[in-house]
Order: sequence, then C-alpha cells, then structure tokens
Amino acid sequence: MAGTDPIHQFVIEDMFPLFTLGGDGTAGSGLSFAFTNSALFMVATVAIIGLYLILSTGSKSVIPGRAQLLSELVYGFVANMVRSAAGTAGMTFFPLVFSLFTFIFVANMLGMVPYFFTVTSHIIVTFALSMLVFLTVIIYGFAKNGPKFLKLFVPAGVPGYILPIVAPIEFISFMSRPISLSVRLFGNILAGHITLKVFTGFIVTMGSLGFLGILGSALPLIMAVALTGLEFLVGAVQAYVFAVLTCMYLNDAIHPSH
Amino acid sequence: MEAEAAKYIGAGIACFGMAGAAIGVANIFGNFLSGALRNPSAAPSQFSNLIFGFAVTEALGIFSFLVALILLFVV
Repeated sequence: MAGTDPIHQFVIEDMFPLFTLGGDGTAGSGLSFAFTNSALFMVATVAIIGLYLILSTGSKSVIPGRAQLLSELVYGFVANMVRSAAGTAGMTFFPLVFSLFTFIFVANMLGMVPYFFTVTSHIIVTFALSMLVFLTVIIYGFAKNGPKFLKLFVPAGVPGYILPIVAPIEFISFMSRPISLSVRLFGNILAGHITLKVFTGFIVTMGSLGFLGILGSALPLIMAVALTGLEFLVGAVQAYVFAVLTCMYLNDAIHPSH
Repeated sequence: MEAEAAKYIGAGIACFGMAGAAIGVANIFGNFLSGALRNPSAAPSQFSNLIFGFAVTEALGIFSFLVALILLFVV
C-alpha cells in the first residue's frame, strides 16, 4: 500500500544538485543545495503568473479583450483590498500584496492537478512568506514612525492602571501573527490534500474487493469529487485571507494606533 | 503505556478542538444570514468580511487538526 499512503505526496525530492557549502566533498557532508520538485513548481507558478500578465496586457487596448480583462480584474480586486484595509498610503505595498496573492493562489491551484507538487503544503514555504510580511511590517513601522511604532501596543483610551496587563497581551498577540499567518495557510492546504488522498485511497481499497466493492466505491468517489471542489475553494479563500491579513498588518505599520 | 499508543490517543483527543471551531464558523454564517435576511441590500457589501471571518475562525480548527497530525506523523 505504498502508493496510497497520504504523506508520500509531500516528499521533497532533489531533481538535480546545484552546489554544496562547506563539508569535505563526501556525500552527506556540508550544506547541499539542489533544485527540488518544490523549487520547480515555485518557478512554474511565477512563470505562469508573469507570462499571463505580460502576454495578456501586451496590446494595452483601451477596451480589454478577455485575457486583458482578467488581468485588470485581478489588479482591481487586489488594489481595492489594499486601499480599503491600508488606505491610499498603503498602495506603496501594492506590488508586495499582489505578488503574495497571485503566488499563493496559483500555487494552490497548481497543487490540485494530479501528480503536481503543492508548494504551500510545507510549513517552511508558508513560514518564509509570513516572515516576509512580518519583517516588512516591523522594519517599515520603525523606519517610518520611529519609537512611536510601539504605540501599537498601547490602544487608545486605556486607563493607566490596566496598561501593565493590556500591553503584554497586545505584544504577545502581535508576536503570534507570523505563526498564525503561516500555520493557517499550511494547515488548510495540508489537511485538504491529506483528506483528499485518504478518500481516494478508499476508492482503490474498496474497488479491490470485487463487484460489490466496485459498486460501493461510488461513495468515496462522490466524497472525493466534493472534496476536490472544496479544495479549490479553500485554496482561493486562503490566498485571499493571507493577502487581506497582510494588508491589515501593513496598516498597523503605516498608522500605528488602534 | 507505550509511546505509540499514547500518540494515537493524543491525536484522538486533539480532535475535540474542532468542535469549538465548528461552533464559531456556524456562528459567523448564522449571524450573516440573519443580518442578510433583515437587510438584503447590504449583504453583498459584507460578503468579503464574511469570507475573511470564516477563514480566520476555521484556522483554529485547522490548528487542532495540525496538532493531531504532528502527533501521528512527526513525533
């Protein structure tokens, strides 16, 4: 039953080695960098997004054709999201939010194709994305506001005697942002793919039980179809939620007071 | 008790966390529906907030599922 084990789909395999840092030349020593299947699908995601945006808007027609219309719709959607959550000052971060949204969205959709690897199903990938956002918020917050950025932990209108309780709580909830941001995306995608693999494994297991088994395997098949639809929805929603939360955290950096 | 058995029992207990998440998600959608039935013209403008609230609430249920998976496959 090696093929139907639900964890095997997440294994990262080296496709070809690139270089090794340190070590003494023997196999397994030093830090080896290789081009993995995860890297392949990250490159594919960026290539799809970049090529689509460039090719569809190449003609720059005033009345957009269908392809250009889709690009304009995505642009307008993300621009709306940034403006409503972070205001017009937030539009400096529009490229970051647009890149995050489209990357996570296309990576999740690519992962739904059979035999393709899902990039966001690894905590290191989602953690890298969320640390990118978190460090951007901290660095920009201190660069733009100086020490006044710490007003974030002192909500307006809080009486002085409650402050020693409220400020640490606010600080802890601020520090938990990168963790919750990364684990939310990672957990949703991982759980969905594992569940999907388990149900499709049931189809195969029931189908191997003879004629009645094949009839009975219609039930996990229906469930697998429903779960596939749900996975598409979850992938899209998680990309949107990641982008919206990014906008809200950037709003905290630009205007640091609750 | 062997560590193996304790892992499986722990994974089962971790799944109780999803009950809270389920109630939370149902709360959000229920309130949205009751508001939308009172004021249908205001409903589409709040749809984004609905989806956002659903996702952050569901995340907590996913966290508990994650604890179960960590117990089963990582520890």
